[in-house]
Amino acid sequence: MISQLSLENLAICRGGRTLFAGLSHTLTTGQALALTGRNGAGKTSLLRAIAGLVALETGQVGFGGLDPAEARAGGLHLIGHLEGLKPGRTAGEELTFWRRWLGGSSGAFESAVVTLELSTLLDLEVRRLSAGQRRRLALARLLAAPRPLWLLDEPLSPLDAGWRERLGQIMAGHLAGGGLIVAAVHDPLPIPAITLEIGS
Amino acid sequence: MAFSRWAAPMFGIVAVLLALVGLWLGFAAPEDYQQGDTVRIMFVHVPAAWLSMFVYACLGGASFLSLVFRHALADAAAKAAAPLGAAFTVLALATGSLWGRPMWGAWWVWDARLTSVLVLLLFYLAYMALRASLDDEAKAARAGAILALVGVVNLPIVHWSVNWWNTLHQGASVFRKGGPTMTVDYLYPLLLMSLAFMAAFGALWLVRIRGEVWRRRAEAAALRAARR
Amino acid sequence: MSRAGALLAREVALAWGKGGGPLVTLGFYVGTATLLPLATGPEPARLAAIATGMAWVALALAALLSLERLFERDFEDGALDLMVLSPVPLELVCALKCLGQWIATGAPLALAAPLAAIGLGAKPELVPLILACALVGGLAFAFTGGIGAALSLGARRGGLLTAVIVLPLFVPPVIFGGAALDAFASGLPWQAGLALLGAYTAAAVALGPLAMAAACRNALS
Repeated sequence: MISQLSLENLAICRGGRTLFAGLSHTLTTGQALALTGRNGAGKTSLLRAIAGLVALETGQVGFGGLDPAEARAGGLHLIGHLEGLKPGRTAGEELTFWRRWLGGSSGAFESAVVTLELSTLLDLEVRRLSAGQRRRLALARLLAAPRPLWLLDEPLSPLDAGWRERLGQIMAGHLAGGGLIVAAVHDPLPIPAITLEIGS
Repeated sequence: MAFSRWAAPMFGIVAVLLALVGLWLGFAAPEDYQQGDTVRIMFVHVPAAWLSMFVYACLGGASFLSLVFRHALADAAAKAAAPLGAAFTVLALATGSLWGRPMWGAWWVWDARLTSVLVLLLFYLAYMALRASLDDEAKAARAGAILALVGVVNLPIVHWSVNWWNTLHQGASVFRKGGPTMTVDYLYPLLLMSLAFMAAFGALWLVRIRGEVWRRRAEAAALRAARR
Repeated sequence: MSRAGALLAREVALAWGKGGGPLVTLGFYVGTATLLPLATGPEPARLAAIATGMAWVALALAALLSLERLFERDFEDGALDLMVLSPVPLELVCALKCLGQWIATGAPLALAAPLAAIGLGAKPELVPLILACALVGGLAFAFTGGIGAALSLGARRGGLLTAVIVLPLFVPPVIFGGAALDAFASGLPWQAGLALLGAYTAAAVALGPLAMAAACRNALS
């Protein structure tokens, strides 16, 4: 499983424009990296590049010696702005599918539902959920199918103060269990993290 | 780039010379005993049809290079070739229609070759539409390349299926089986005109590729200037 | 339930839709088939001559209609990103999507096709062959249509663009299926047409996902 994430001399180009270049950092188990920078600086692109969706102009991403394709296929979670939830399906149906797709167990599913307080929402259609509830449902994937590396794109935005704190506890628990977190944020993360400014 | 500076005009001159000789020989050749003078449309129609397929092969080749080697020039070449190919296709269809009219009294017949060329026109239009409708140029280029390769696989199937369809229905055919009697008198002008069309394509293609490359450079420069 | 099975079940459920299932696509099909006698007049002889052809073309158009949402939905809400990040190859994901589309809308259309053809004046003996062609051809339409749908991800006027891309790809199956039906109606050997249709479908199922996956990766980058 992924024990280290190394970013070596990364540069990304979008639409003919170089967003950033020469970005290097190494992250090991139990560490969190917070990506900051103005909108459009390339935080989302960097997360997607680590996940292998966006091509790098230069440099490479290392997963502590593991085969990158394997690491990306089963070792990381990508939770972006868009939640990937179908409006017409119920929350329970969606989470069950994603749990199966991402390879989690039904026990993990139960604990995710309990931790994120989704039990009353499971029978509701996704379109009837509020933004904060949808975000919690999307984040439930993290717990329903445990994977070491979490790539989070502004995970806190639609959540209220109470849930931000709870998410902080969940993230701290993940780090304590040997996980790694890279999060793009505008506000400070509720856990200790190394900050990396993009596009300066 | 420097190559095209002298190559394009050279191709152009070669094209004009070959066309002049080809057409002169074409009009000097004796009339076909059946079709009379109208057979001379063949000297434009057949090369146009050949070129429409040749250009598609070039488009496919450039797309393949663009996908495999990610060469920006290959991509510009593919984009530049498409409208030219479409133009040859339209020319082939129009001259085919003009040829068919005195023969059969109909402006259009669902002949195997004409129908194949019509589907080829649809391919070209689809390619141009796809490249035009994606805003991100790099993505548009890759998507276009994928489509071009799908077309390269599908085109022989389409051609064969249309031929098969035509034999089933024994429809009116502008062209006798095997084509018009290919005497030497006809063959030379036909070959010359085909070479002339190819040279013309070469010239126009080079000019269009240059134009595309310059357009991209200008856009990049404008973007850089806007950011300061 | 395996990952692939879960995805297929979800695709069928989503393509089926809530409230009516494939009724919308069926409604479009019946509506298009109805336009023909309205346009050409109801004389039975005239209609019967082109009944099978028209039913076949309307089937292709109805298949075209349901393509737009094949990849677009998952692309726009971010689900496609997550489908890429799994041990299941993207090519298989695309194939399962097309298969789900065929099960949810293609199969019902195939059942409606004989009815439409008979309504337009085709002989009842044609029904088994129409059913076979519609099922096999529907699969070809789904897989080649998927190529168009994947290529137009992120494009303006994606639905129209998909149609323009896909129509040349529909030409061979339309020819083969139409030839088989026409031959049968005229008492000529029809097996060749059906065999060719099957061959084209097999090629589409085998090769289509390669193009679709490449197009999806391009759109996500």
